Amino acid sequence: MTQFTTILRGLAAVSAFWAFLTGMLAFAETDRVLLLAAAVLLSAAFLPVQSRNNGGQYDLAASLFGMVAVLMSLRGGMPSASWGLVISSWLYGWLAVEKSMAIRGRSRFVELILSLAVPVFFGVWIIFVWECLTIGLEIPMVLLPPPSAIAVRFAESTPILWADFQQTVIKSALVGYVLGCGSAFILAVLIDRVPFLQRGLLPIGNFISALPIVGIAPIMVMWFGFDWQSKAAVVVVMTFFPMLVNTVAGLQATQAMERDLLRTYASSYVQLLFKLRLPAAAPFIFNALKINSTLALIGAIVAEFFGTPIVGLGFRISTEVGRMNVDMAWAEICVAALAGSLSYGLLSLLEKRVTFWHPSNRQKQV
Amino acid sequence: MSSRQNGIVKGHDGIFKKLSPIVTIVAALVVVWYGFTVYLNSPWQIDLYKKADVEWTMSDLVRDTMAHNRPILPAPHQIIVEIWETTVNKKITSKRSLIFHAGITLSSTLLGFVIGTILGIGLAVAIVENRAMDKSLMPWIITSQTIPILAIAPMIIVVLNAVGVSGLLPKALISTYLSFFPVAVGMVKGLRSPDLMLIDLMRTYKTSRIQLFWKLRLPSSVPFLFASMKVAIATSLVGAIVGELPTGAVAGLGARLLAGSYYGQTIQIWSALITAAVMAAALVTIVGIVSRVTLRRMGLGS
Repeated sequence: MTQFTTILRGLAAVSAFWAFLTGMLAFAETDRVLLLAAAVLLSAAFLPVQSRNNGGQYDLAASLFGMVAVLMSLRGGMPSASWGLVISSWLYGWLAVEKSMAIRGRSRFVELILSLAVPVFFGVWIIFVWECLTIGLEIPMVLLPPPSAIAVRFAESTPILWADFQQTVIKSALVGYVLGCGSAFILAVLIDRVPFLQRGLLPIGNFISALPIVGIAPIMVMWFGFDWQSKAAVVVVMTFFPMLVNTVAGLQATQAMERDLLRTYASSYVQLLFKLRLPAAAPFIFNALKINSTLALIGAIVAEFFGTPIVGLGFRISTEVGRMNVDMAWAEICVAALAGSLSYGLLSLLEKRVTFWHPSNRQKQV
Repeated sequence: MSSRQNGIVKGHDGIFKKLSPIVTIVAALVVVWYGFTVYLNSPWQIDLYKKADVEWTMSDLVRDTMAHNRPILPAPHQIIVEIWETTVNKKITSKRSLIFHAGITLSSTLLGFVIGTILGIGLAVAIVENRAMDKSLMPWIITSQTIPILAIAPMIIVVLNAVGVSGLLPKALISTYLSFFPVAVGMVKGLRSPDLMLIDLMRTYKTSRIQLFWKLRLPSSVPFLFASMKVAIATSLVGAIVGELPTGAVAGLGARLLAGSYYGQTIQIWSALITAAVMAAALVTIVGIVSRVTLRRMGLGS
């Protein structure tokens, strides 16, 4: 056990003790489960653990137990003993993660599990603290609804969410994304044959990628009307330049040596393109595709603020906030976040498949 | 001395070679723009002619399509005139001065950028120095950017306004959210960039972790920091503009966009857009210059 983990464990014990004390002082109103949890967490700090994993799993169990106890006693306000318990179980969680890092001789399987479990645990923690803070400090719903309320609202209004998802993600964002990325890709391949255009368009494209292009949303709404076509147009413009710049840069990524090798094989332009240069450009192209996947969602949603039929994520967010139904707005945000993360994740998976040869994918999995 | 002069001459040659394609393409774009101005505005203009029952020639059409008050697509010179009118010919304190609005946007951009950069550096240091932080934070930092924050920015602003936090800070927070990400990712890369060899060398000097950080990791991360700051300041500006959309079109470039779209003032929209573009370019250039000077002083520049 290092000095750092000792300190963490000490702090966890102190805050569990504090929780126990405050619980005992208000014995009549305190849930028994809180007292029990405080006692368990306090004693867990003094457990002499001799095990292969230096006891990380016990810390994890203590942390989870504390969290469950706090959640069980959450009813329209937080008992005072909960705060110490929240801190204590947070410290136990940190301890568990810290110890899991120190396990030696890990297999790849354990490594994979850890690399998934640790961030998930962290995310659960954030949601837990969010729930505790909103209920414990009695933050009004209008400001920040607790995650449980958002989840309930999400489950209740799936038909509306689905309709908004179709309108904004499937129609506006996806159509615009495919058109924008596709046309930029084709143009980039064409430009690639003319060095003059290349030298001119690269800096301009770079410049335009840095511009606040979302600003054209009102203009596009004027040109293409209120429905999804105008949103798709915004998305096309937003996704076009990152894709163009990255593809052009990617097509230049091959070395003269490699090109020469293919020439000695008497490869034609098309063969050179498909067998060497496009695969070499794939990391750049995927980079643009990933950047664009979030840009497309942003463009589609922001464009809806400037005029829209009565369906769509952006429309719903702005109207529900206006009606003080913030939990509904958060449910819509969840949909947007899920769509964004999913598309990013899918693209990353696809990238790993396509660019398996790239050094960043061949690194030892440590 | 002579070699230096040679260098200068070569430099000029390089600049010419670099600039000529850019200038050509920009010129071509302007020509295309004028073409579209005529094309897009002509149906409306022809309608006007028909109503007024006047004979018209092609040159009339070209001239009149570029002189609309609320054109579908304004001609570049109309935008330039509008920008000139609203910057030079208006007092800075006037609500109709573009400089006034640009200044408001600029201040929240810079505030957000500064907070974002500090936050990004802090996160990067935590991630590099602590493995638990690395494992638990890094995936979420990436996930945070897949959430279309710009899209929910208006909501955040309205909510913060309801709590009583108004003015610069809410807009700046949107910019912060956007700008911390490139800085954090770039700094993590930068702080990890020193060679194992160099780290070993430092260890043979018996440096502590803190010394290693100050004397090796931090200096070698500076080029990465500047590269990501260039991205960050551009996204900060975008965040500030979108953050201004829901403030009820009071002040700022975003408010100009919204007001323009309400009243169909296309020239106003375009002039706000162009101003934003010029600002973005200027900010990125300034960061670039600071970066070059700093790196040269550190002996890292070329």
